[in-house]
Amino acid sequence: MELALSPEDAAFRDEVRSFIAENYPTEMRVPNPETDLTKEQSLLWHRILHKKGWIAPLWPKEYGGPGWSITRRFVFEQETSRAGTLPPLAFSVTMVGPVIYTFGNEAQKKKFLPRILSGEDWWCQGYSEPGSGSDLATVRTKAVRDGDHYIVNGHKTWTTLAQHADWIFCLVRTDPNAKPQSGISFLLIDMKSPGVTVRPIITIDGSHEVNDVFLENVRVPVENLIGEENKGWTYAKFLLGNERTSMAGIGRSTRYINKLKQIVEAEIPPDDPTHLDFQREIALVELDVLALEATELRVVAQMARGIDPGPAASLFKIRGTEIFQKITELTHRAIGNHGLALREQPTSANHFMPGPEYGHTASEKYLNSRKLSIYGGSNEIQRNIIAKAVLGL
Amino acid sequence: MDIQFTEEQELLRSSVQRLLRDQYDFEARRKIVADEQGFSRRQWEAFAELGLLAAPFAEDAGGLGGGPLSTMIIAHEFGRHLVVEPFVETVVLAGGLIERLGDAAQKQGFIPDIIEGKKIWTLAWTEKGGRFDLADVTTTARREGEDYVLSGGKTAVIAAPWADYLVVSARTSGSRKDHGGVSLFVVDRRATGIDLRSFKTIDGRRAAEINLRNVRGQLLGKEGEGVAALEACRDRAIGALCAEAVGAMAELNSATLEYSKTRKQFGATIGSFQVLQHRMVDMFIAHQEALSLMQHLNLSISDGEAGLSRLASGAKTKIGYAAKFVAEQAVQLHGGMGMTDELNVGHYFKRISSINIQFGDPAFHVLRYARFGAAA
Repeated sequence: MELALSPEDAAFRDEVRSFIAENYPTEMRVPNPETDLTKEQSLLWHRILHKKGWIAPLWPKEYGGPGWSITRRFVFEQETSRAGTLPPLAFSVTMVGPVIYTFGNEAQKKKFLPRILSGEDWWCQGYSEPGSGSDLATVRTKAVRDGDHYIVNGHKTWTTLAQHADWIFCLVRTDPNAKPQSGISFLLIDMKSPGVTVRPIITIDGSHEVNDVFLENVRVPVENLIGEENKGWTYAKFLLGNERTSMAGIGRSTRYINKLKQIVEAEIPPDDPTHLDFQREIALVELDVLALEATELRVVAQMARGIDPGPAASLFKIRGTEIFQKITELTHRAIGNHGLALREQPTSANHFMPGPEYGHTASEKYLNSRKLSIYGGSNEIQRNIIAKAVLGL
Repeated sequence: MDIQFTEEQELLRSSVQRLLRDQYDFEARRKIVADEQGFSRRQWEAFAELGLLAAPFAEDAGGLGGGPLSTMIIAHEFGRHLVVEPFVETVVLAGGLIERLGDAAQKQGFIPDIIEGKKIWTLAWTEKGGRFDLADVTTTARREGEDYVLSGGKTAVIAAPWADYLVVSARTSGSRKDHGGVSLFVVDRRATGIDLRSFKTIDGRRAAEINLRNVRGQLLGKEGEGVAALEACRDRAIGALCAEAVGAMAELNSATLEYSKTRKQFGATIGSFQVLQHRMVDMFIAHQEALSLMQHLNLSISDGEAGLSRLASGAKTKIGYAAKFVAEQAVQLHGGMGMTDELNVGHYFKRISSINIQFGDPAFHVLRYARFGAAA
């Protein structure tokens, strides 16, 4: 299924396609790019895109964006996702970047934006805290003004890839007496500051993606405050809106379904009733992808005509994550007994894994993808959003 | 990908909407269904006057040239109003087959009467024990002079009691389930040797078991090409039926939402309960996805894209399950009221149940979709 493209947009699609084919680094094609790459390796593609001027499709031209139409942004997203390229770090490019160019001052824009584009700075997100899951407004990390600094004390958690990060953008409480949502500020903190400690959290798949970040009497210059003090909630909500775009993940789901089909054919004899059962399940999830893709294209076509998509992003997040979880579950089931094995982390070619190579990441993918319906605003929160914004409940 | 309707299509949609709003509300429909005939000749004429029966036919056949997209627009609105008159049977099934297979005399002889609302048609392909297999045909046809003579039985033929003509599939050669050897015939419903046993369908329409004993029929299309013609016909029928289902889902969702905002229990509107909010969000998503797929399918039918049958089976599956989910939950959320004949919700439920059976249920189509995928 394809978006109806003008000849110019079709030429653009072909250009993107061949650029990926010619430039995507082979050393990034590893069994599980999300866990198996070093920081430097995972930045290779980022730097190539930056050089090409394609690193930040959403950004306005004046800040270094390519100035694409909605259609072209979608085409780019679609092509990179179909090709299975590692997306640039979302915390930098999709999340904090837009906050800085929308609400930051000139000095902040000048200092941070070029380094985000180039990949020089790696950002992580200091939103969640122990005890504050989906209810972000309960932020307890405190920032107290001391001359031209804030003194920050608190504990952030679930901080993705903080072990690589140069900077963290944090929600901090600057007015303890105000209502929960009105006493929050948005601070940019240098991870090298004294008093910042990162502690790994190992997740059920054995990987080290997330961390605890402890902030103990961290001195943060006032110039690192975004916008106005106590207005942080506005900026945070703006950012969460960006976080939830393009979570339908059509390209990724399609790739994983194709892989699943091959595994089923290799693992299960056609006369085994289980084979038919898998065929049926695969068909159903393929149709889920098809319907979501058709919906995404419908929304993109509407946006290109200037129609507000409303909370479509919540719909894509819910269905996109449910679908991917289903696919990883089926894949884990398809490899049968070999699903007992789990790759050791950090990964190494020296570790023995039983069974054919196509099954080596099935267990960890199944386990890891459970996070999808929890993070970025849990799927229950997304349903609340649709209930309120669309259904008026 | 999103269908931006042309001015003509918008006009078609708004005129159907106006007609049904004025003349086909739930009470009007109730009277029509309760009538001895079980459908309204007057409504049928109104549809003809508005050009609905001409809309999908090509212009050189006397139609308006609106194609499958006009069918989709009409069927969607008909689904919202639970229209019982046999639009799909007459125009999409029989009309579509005559337009594609008929010789000049047949086209000129039959299509104008369909367009003007003078004759009602249906398609008789289902047989006992054949379930959803288009090739499972034991009814026979043997040549006798210019005509053929048909004998056998057809089952659960919707709109047969209303019809003036039937398109009947019958075997001219081969044995049961052979794809080749099936041909299509035009049969006068009042011809000698036809016996109908009529019954009411789950969704308030009329259908019949048909027995044929040496009934004269004229060949439609070429001998032995009946199954291929029926397969293409089924794809178009699915496009229309899916549109009806999506129209019904839209009405169920808005009725349920409205009810949840007024119905109080334990001192609160039931729409304030999170478990029901989330259910209604899932109903909303099911409708959105079904709507997207409905458009995608009908655009593909319109463009005559390759792989259409696989897509049709896919849409029948996905939209079928989505509609079933929405219908069941709409009844559930209406509580005891949802069980009553008085409320329209149960009638949408029944229409969706009927659509899900016609031309194969989702369980049949999901495996058909999977097999196409394996072959590709």
